[in-house]
Amino acid sequence: MSRELLLGNEAIARGAWESGVRFASGYPGTPSTEILETLAEFPSVEARWSANEKVAFEEGMGAAIGGLRVLVTMKHVGLNVAADAFMVFPYSGTNGGFVVISADDPGMHSSQNEQDNRFLARMAKVPVLEPSDAQECKDFVGLGLELSETYSTPVMLRTTTRLAHHKSLVELGERHEVERRAFEPDARRFSVPIYRHLLRPQVEDRLERLRTLGETLGVNREEEGGSDIGVITSGIAYTYVKEVLPQAGVLRLGMTYPLPDERLRAFCARHRLVYVVEEGEAFIEEAVRALGISNVEGKARFGVIGEYSPGRLRAALSLGQVPAPLPNVLPRPPMFCIGCGHRTVFSALRQLSVTVAGDIGCYTMGALPPYEASHTTFNMGASIGTAVGLEQAGHERVVSVIGDSTFVHSGIPSLIDAVYNGSSLTLVLLDNSTTGMTGGQPHAASGKTLRGRPAPVLDLEAMCRAAGVEDVRVVDTWDRKQVAGGLRQALAHRGPSVVIARGACQRLPEMRNRQVVPFFVDEALCTRCEACFKVWCPAILRSEQQFPFIVAADCTACTVCAQVCPVDAIYPAAEEHAEVVE
Amino acid sequence: MTEKVYSLIFAGVGGQGGLLGAEITALAAVRAGYDVKQTEVHGVSQRGGSVETHVRFGGKVWSPVVTPGEADVVVGLEKLEALRFGHYVAPQGVVLVNDQEIVPGSVANAAEAYPRDAVDQLRARGYRVVVLAATQAARDLGDGRMANLVMVGALATLLPLSNQSWIETIEQRIPEKFRRANQQAFQAGMALMAQAADPVPANPHANRHGPWGGRAESGSVA
Repeated sequence: MSRELLLGNEAIARGAWESGVRFASGYPGTPSTEILETLAEFPSVEARWSANEKVAFEEGMGAAIGGLRVLVTMKHVGLNVAADAFMVFPYSGTNGGFVVISADDPGMHSSQNEQDNRFLARMAKVPVLEPSDAQECKDFVGLGLELSETYSTPVMLRTTTRLAHHKSLVELGERHEVERRAFEPDARRFSVPIYRHLLRPQVEDRLERLRTLGETLGVNREEEGGSDIGVITSGIAYTYVKEVLPQAGVLRLGMTYPLPDERLRAFCARHRLVYVVEEGEAFIEEAVRALGISNVEGKARFGVIGEYSPGRLRAALSLGQVPAPLPNVLPRPPMFCIGCGHRTVFSALRQLSVTVAGDIGCYTMGALPPYEASHTTFNMGASIGTAVGLEQAGHERVVSVIGDSTFVHSGIPSLIDAVYNGSSLTLVLLDNSTTGMTGGQPHAASGKTLRGRPAPVLDLEAMCRAAGVEDVRVVDTWDRKQVAGGLRQALAHRGPSVVIARGACQRLPEMRNRQVVPFFVDEALCTRCEACFKVWCPAILRSEQQFPFIVAADCTACTVCAQVCPVDAIYPAAEEHAEVVE
Repeated sequence: MTEKVYSLIFAGVGGQGGLLGAEITALAAVRAGYDVKQTEVHGVSQRGGSVETHVRFGGKVWSPVVTPGEADVVVGLEKLEALRFGHYVAPQGVVLVNDQEIVPGSVANAAEAYPRDAVDQLRARGYRVVVLAATQAARDLGDGRMANLVMVGALATLLPLSNQSWIETIEQRIPEKFRRANQQAFQAGMALMAQAADPVPANPHANRHGPWGGRAESGSVA
């Protein structure tokens, strides 16, 4: 079989396919998104984006009870959304193999918090696997499915950003078809509370058996070193340990819950000093200390915040400081794409004296300069509830800004609640037909599935009306007057209102591949008034004579700069200059 | 084959194709039979932000992450980004800088604050810097966006990867429609290195000749 350079996430998908997974669900979230996108390329797997992680988990749970092998994917905070099901599922246990991916994001590259989901797994009493490279990402999915079926338990496979988003070599295998297991309805196992007390001891018994298994499980691997320094480690941090402490004895834990107590004791007894090197919280370290072992060092030395790296370990071990970056290098924060339809909304919001509760998506950038027109961002779907609360705290003109995908994910119940409880908020629904921040995944209001098939389109206007909002209007997001006018009217409306700012994400293939006639600046007319620069479009550059000029190859013909030009000096180039955007 | 682990940093602005350049380099190293790891560090996926990609290859590679002070080559696709990631270069390493300035769009007064002297600042730190007009070379070939492949061509002169590895990788990775132009861009990068004002001795294991025939010098670009 051939070897290929695969992303950790691609390797997880490959592992699911090779292991006979037939159903896979999830909700996009960095750093987990590529798993389902890769799985969707295999016709033998029903891979799908669900409305949110809870729904994805429940669909997976049903498919597994029904006898299929299942993979469910989400980022760390996604498991909070799915936690209700996650906590309950272990009681009944599973039928077909069930692995849930928890992609944790230490360093918060694309997240609002750091969260070590091994603690959630411990709370749910679910075993946790932690691979260290892409090959193991593939292999551990297969291992997880086998453990899941043998022990009748959901299994968590925990990744962190660097593991999910690194590439390394993977030996490719063939798919092994796995027969669907028979589903036996069993009220004592799958239904009512009066029987749950019968299941409860089974959960403890299972954990104990898994703990025993961990004492001999091959993925909990010891690598001989001297008797001086030993390292207990897991995940991607293992590769950093090998880099920085090549001579040390290593206990690499592939299964970090439940932990193999006897092995931990024996390993620590054999070494003078043991470092625990794990990304995230002191999960292993605390367990080691709870065994009464005291010759360990972990978070106090290596730190609990952010990602690990070989350089960080080196510095923590006083093995030499690494060169620091140059101080005060001009930052380059991300920004809205060329032609992004969100710009007009935030520039209109900036003009209004309103309190804006934002949500999770590209539009979090509306909080940054030059807009500074979004005042809170918490978690998925929080914009609406937060605005309702702000209103209760005396802010009279509150606006929620939420994207279409986030609205489907968890905004809808909040809107229902806002109407029910008498809010007068104005909800701006940024409808770009996709889940933009994670790279453009379709959802229920996009009109297609993960696998590119046509799908029924959720009618967002009807949904808002059904929630009880009478004032629902749709505006063209690239029309500045429509956007600003729509917002003013909505704010003037007594009672809740919704402005749907509609226009497809420029990153979608249908937008990227369309022919556009780029705009250009007519220097004979331009007065260098700077108005177009205030659109903050990356395609508008400055000439040495301080004239704006538009990079034709990048222009999406969104027209916004032409709308702000007071002397009509910006207009489309001749038709013959039509260009494919990218 | 070398046991030494080579560490590379690709630094650029989202949309510049730094990731593709890194990927082509990683795949060429795979073809050459090395163990390879690669990782991309960036926040959200929009255009316009800083993007850094790490590539490491050699006999056995553990960490995908390059440590500051360890990179054999820092490939800066843009001057400010070269400045930002210059500290990754090893004492004996090289910073290749594309002579292009992209002013950050979302920072107030960025045009005034932009470090026009980025190369001087890097040199003042004692780094070995080679400035290459990669964007101009790519424009001369029809599309400035191929600057990434020009830079990869320049990088290739410093790495122990065979011509065959690069040829096959570009063949495999670049769609046919763009392949010829990208091959030319790669070749142009090799030529730029040969002409560089502060030349760096080519890796003794590297290809001295352009992969698509002719010596890697200015005459072979056309």
